[in-house]
Amino acid sequence: MKIMVAIKRVVDYAVKIRVKPDKSGVETKNVKMSMNPFCEIALEEALRIKESGLASEVVAVSVGPTQFLETLRTGLAMGADRAIHVEAPEKIYPLTIAKILKALVDVEKPGLLLLGKQAIDNDQNQTGQMVAGLLKWPQGTFASKVVLDKEKQVATIDREVDGGIETLCLDLPAVITTDLRLNQPRYATLPNIMKAKSKPIKKFTLQDLNVEIKSDLEVVEVTEPPKRKSGVILSSVDELIDKLKNEARVI
Amino acid sequence: LSTLVLVEHEGGLIKTSSLSAVEAAKSLGEDNSISLLLAGSGHSLKEAVSHAASSHPSVSQVLIADSDKFTYALAEPWAKLVNLVQQSGGYSHIIAASGSFGKNILPRAAALLDISPITDVTKISGSNLFLRPIYAGNALSTVRYTGSSPCMLSIRATSFPVASEPPDLKSNAASIDQVDLSTLDEDDSVGKSTYVKLSSQISERPDLGNARIVVTGGRGVKSADNFKVIDKLAEKIGAAVGATRAAVDAGFVPNDLQVGQTGKIVAPELYMAFGVSGAIQHIAGMRDSKVIVAINKDADAPIFQVADYGLVGDLFDVIPELLEKLPEKK
Repeated sequence: MKIMVAIKRVVDYAVKIRVKPDKSGVETKNVKMSMNPFCEIALEEALRIKESGLASEVVAVSVGPTQFLETLRTGLAMGADRAIHVEAPEKIYPLTIAKILKALVDVEKPGLLLLGKQAIDNDQNQTGQMVAGLLKWPQGTFASKVVLDKEKQVATIDREVDGGIETLCLDLPAVITTDLRLNQPRYATLPNIMKAKSKPIKKFTLQDLNVEIKSDLEVVEVTEPPKRKSGVILSSVDELIDKLKNEARVI
Repeated sequence: LSTLVLVEHEGGLIKTSSLSAVEAAKSLGEDNSISLLLAGSGHSLKEAVSHAASSHPSVSQVLIADSDKFTYALAEPWAKLVNLVQQSGGYSHIIAASGSFGKNILPRAAALLDISPITDVTKISGSNLFLRPIYAGNALSTVRYTGSSPCMLSIRATSFPVASEPPDLKSNAASIDQVDLSTLDEDDSVGKSTYVKLSSQISERPDLGNARIVVTGGRGVKSADNFKVIDKLAEKIGAAVGATRAAVDAGFVPNDLQVGQTGKIVAPELYMAFGVSGAIQHIAGMRDSKVIVAINKDADAPIFQVADYGLVGDLFDVIPELLEKLPEKK
């Protein structure tokens, strides 16, 4: 079985982001960019499944401008066997990404498609669900545990839901989106970074895949969130109880 | 305007977050006809439907999908259901609360309708103009939907609070209609996912998402055993218990208590954080709380930058004192 993993390049999680003065978006020039943390977890899970002997190949795919190749190289250095880069503008919405991924699934025919549950830039949490719908595959979102049964061709997954942990059983092929507690992604070692340089990256254009960019959303402006007015540091529990009772009136 | 609200229910009652979605629907504009969509099976669906029909004065219709396929809220039949209902109803908007139910179903349904949905809307400024947080709440994005109907949204329940006084609805019960499910199986994915179980902590305390007071413990609580002091305080003042990602990852408490960007978003009247450093992703989950109290040994902890009242001290000294001096819950 082949596993396909979708990965996205985003502003590194540790960077304190800045809103552009013209309110057109968030500054990404001269800012450290990295693989989206949820995508790292998805890739790590795919690699572990392969290492356990349940998959034969891990293909990393990414959709974006040329700089996304760097992120794909990171994925190859982590252990993906090969990569696919779909050349596209940076700002496209999940529905178009989902259509591109569907087109790639039609070409590659993986038994499992893994994605992060969301990207930490736009926080949309949509792409996995959308591509599952387009493929008419079952979906397991927000996974914190994945167990494959090769004989029965099913995946049993634990999902982090509002009320606790839900367990679902999915017929393969399926789409799984990964949550934070699924695993701890590995670091790429230097020898693997060197090895990754010779691994193949295949390139597609949107025309090759016959996908048109759907533009039914327009970002009007991006602004800073309102600041909370600064509070006070108190000196004792008595003072705290007094403030909560008589000033804030919440107890 | 006509809006379809995807409703989540449990134990015969519809969730408060779904009522927030009705509030959001109301703010789309005047003359909005609001329909609720409930799916399920058996007795608990029947009870939920009667609850739904009298849940909100703005609701004009309740649509029911009654089938064993909906005993559990699986995304595959639900997405197809939304598709079917949209085809016959031609709604201008479809809304769900952005909990794990809505986030699981809405994007899949949107893809079947070839629509780009908008996640986590916190403010509605017109029938096609919405505000939503991005980068874990570190920026706000105003987006306009320019596509064809329906416009599909998931809304943050805490941003659309439900009026606490139950309205007098006797005179205004909504009509109840069954959805024709004869073509549900046309989607090949229906039946390819099956529910196995739900593991949850049953608690008598208020629900974290709707509690008036939330008491949260972070890494500073140090162990699952120590977390009992947080529980004790919560019990005394009638609060829900929350936790940071660090506390959940360390195994102190289960994941459903996590407050933050990837956990629950809360906005109680009083939020008390004990041993919480104040990571960006945690702040994203509680920054809309009305009053924030932080107790931490480290005077430089970033949580103090968002706290209305801060106390630099050891939570294991402060909590016993609070337990002694705070009044019992009303």
